[in-house]
Amino acid sequence: MSRAETTAGPGLQDGEQGQPLVGRQDSGRERLPAPPAPRAGRAVWTLGLFGSELLIVFRRVRTLALLAVLAGVPLLVGIAVRIETRDGSSVGGGDGGGPAFLEQISNNGLFLAFASLAATLPFFLPMAIGVVAGDAVAGEASTGTLRYLLVAPAGRTRLLLAKYASVLTFCVAATLVVVLSAVVVGFSLFPVGDVTLLSGNTVSLSDGILRGLLIALLVASSLIGLAALGLFISTLTDSGIGAMAATVGLLITIQIVNNIPQLHALQPYLFPHYWLSFADVMRAPVIWDGIVKNLALQALYAAVFGSAAWARFTTRDITS
Amino acid sequence: MDQPPAADGQGADVVIETRGLAKQYRGTLAVDGLDLQVPRGSVFGFLGPNGSGKTTTIRMLMGLIEPTAGSARVLGRPMPRSTRSVLPKVGALIEGPALYGFLSGQDNLIRIDAADPTADPRTRKARVGSALDRVGLTAAARKKAKAYSLGMKQRLGLASALLQPRELLVLDEPTNGLDPQGMREIRALVRELAGDGTTVFLSSHLLDEIEQVCSHAAVMARGRLITQGPVADLSAGTRGRLAVTTPDPARATEVLAGHGVTDLVTDPHTGEVTGELPAEPPDLAELNAALVAAGVRVRGFGVQRASLEDAFVALTGEGFDVAG
Repeated sequence: MSRAETTAGPGLQDGEQGQPLVGRQDSGRERLPAPPAPRAGRAVWTLGLFGSELLIVFRRVRTLALLAVLAGVPLLVGIAVRIETRDGSSVGGGDGGGPAFLEQISNNGLFLAFASLAATLPFFLPMAIGVVAGDAVAGEASTGTLRYLLVAPAGRTRLLLAKYASVLTFCVAATLVVVLSAVVVGFSLFPVGDVTLLSGNTVSLSDGILRGLLIALLVASSLIGLAALGLFISTLTDSGIGAMAATVGLLITIQIVNNIPQLHALQPYLFPHYWLSFADVMRAPVIWDGIVKNLALQALYAAVFGSAAWARFTTRDITS
Repeated sequence: MDQPPAADGQGADVVIETRGLAKQYRGTLAVDGLDLQVPRGSVFGFLGPNGSGKTTTIRMLMGLIEPTAGSARVLGRPMPRSTRSVLPKVGALIEGPALYGFLSGQDNLIRIDAADPTADPRTRKARVGSALDRVGLTAAARKKAKAYSLGMKQRLGLASALLQPRELLVLDEPTNGLDPQGMREIRALVRELAGDGTTVFLSSHLLDEIEQVCSHAAVMARGRLITQGPVADLSAGTRGRLAVTTPDPARATEVLAGHGVTDLVTDPHTGEVTGELPAEPPDLAELNAALVAAGVRVRGFGVQRASLEDAFVALTGEGFDVAG
């Protein structure tokens, strides 16, 4: 039926000026079928893009190398503590000068997990996140695969969401790698038993493990803000290396600013400022103050830089 | 023929239509006032020297770049607003292939297919397999893409455009980096796809490529559209040149000039005399007889068919070089 109108169109052209134009538009509209994606299946297929993103992240040698480095930290700390305490002395001469949780490791292997998280959270973990988040969009832009994803069409918002979700998944995975490696090393090198909290009370091992899982979750959540920041930087450039370097550089700068006392006015707004608040889980009762502040700050960063990334990515010209 | 003939692209069946499309990059106009019409079912050659704005135009059509001015409609819908509904029906190869080197060829296609929300994951494996088969990459499907040669990468890029049945294929320089055999195969593939009713929009800087496979063509230079239409019409725009091979070029020139042939040129090496036939060409047999009667020994006589290259030179008044 639209076919008939189409053939009629050019024929009428000479006689009636307005007529074929109208007929043309109508027939054009009729011929276009509705967007073919069925509503019900769409959610599943969006997960398909997320799954594909995960594969891209975790099949890269670079990602595996980062995870291997993270897994190596608890091993190094564990071995160092083991050698140090071979003669029965405690770490740092027992005067409590070492990093958090370190002196307790020789009494309870579970503390290796807390010590490792405390050791990796300032730099190793966020550096790994910075690499993955910085590369997320810019890496695809520099290899040119971004244009093929967009004409597939992945949809800019959908692609960005899938990218952010995969970076967050990597945050969880990286944290879990540290924890699991620490648990394996700690449990095999040191005795394990009831857990003495920072506040001095003693809780059962199972309670300690639950607190450990909560800490892992909090540590992973601490990286939400940086992940959004890295993703935003990633939408600014077509150079994957550049975005990675910028994100990691920014992290280091902010960590330095966070440690200069004269700049204390700024510090409550810096994303790593409350990172070590997770230690408060190891008190009875738990002090939630810093933890809540940390999560709120991360949510703020995610909102601000997530929106900025979205605004940038959905409007920019893809010329790579 | 179930497609109605589109009268000079004025009919309803136009798959790509732009009006005054323009793109400005930091002061320079990469594309300027482009009015393009690609009829449905055509193999449309998009021709121009490197740097003439072909790729920028294609990126605007695919919603990758926002035009500075003008509008573009693809499959009847405005771009870049309708990318979601239009692009699943469009297969594209833009400015060369781009691959994930650490993935196999097959996994590369699976990745691209997963990005398409309309692609059914249940048929993904099968569609990837047949796309690989279509471009002759089945044997290398499991090889890491970083080990691919340029030609193989180009084929994989083509395969990603063929993951689904498409209404429109946009192929930007599809034979780049291919050996002559590969070029022939791609041309055969383009003809085959066009035979199935797919409109093919093919950009190239190779004139003979366009001439061999395209039914329609548009010519761009320095960001502007110079002409568009059926290929036959484009080369018909320039009349063929008369060519006479003779050992007596001086005498031949005299006789030909006497019969109204203009722009006579003698090639000093071959002794070939060529010239423009007048608007009302004389009977060529009579002309030949006149030459012989005047004592000119004729070895060869005929009209050289105008090529697209001649048309291009005639249109732009310049060579087919990189735009400055």
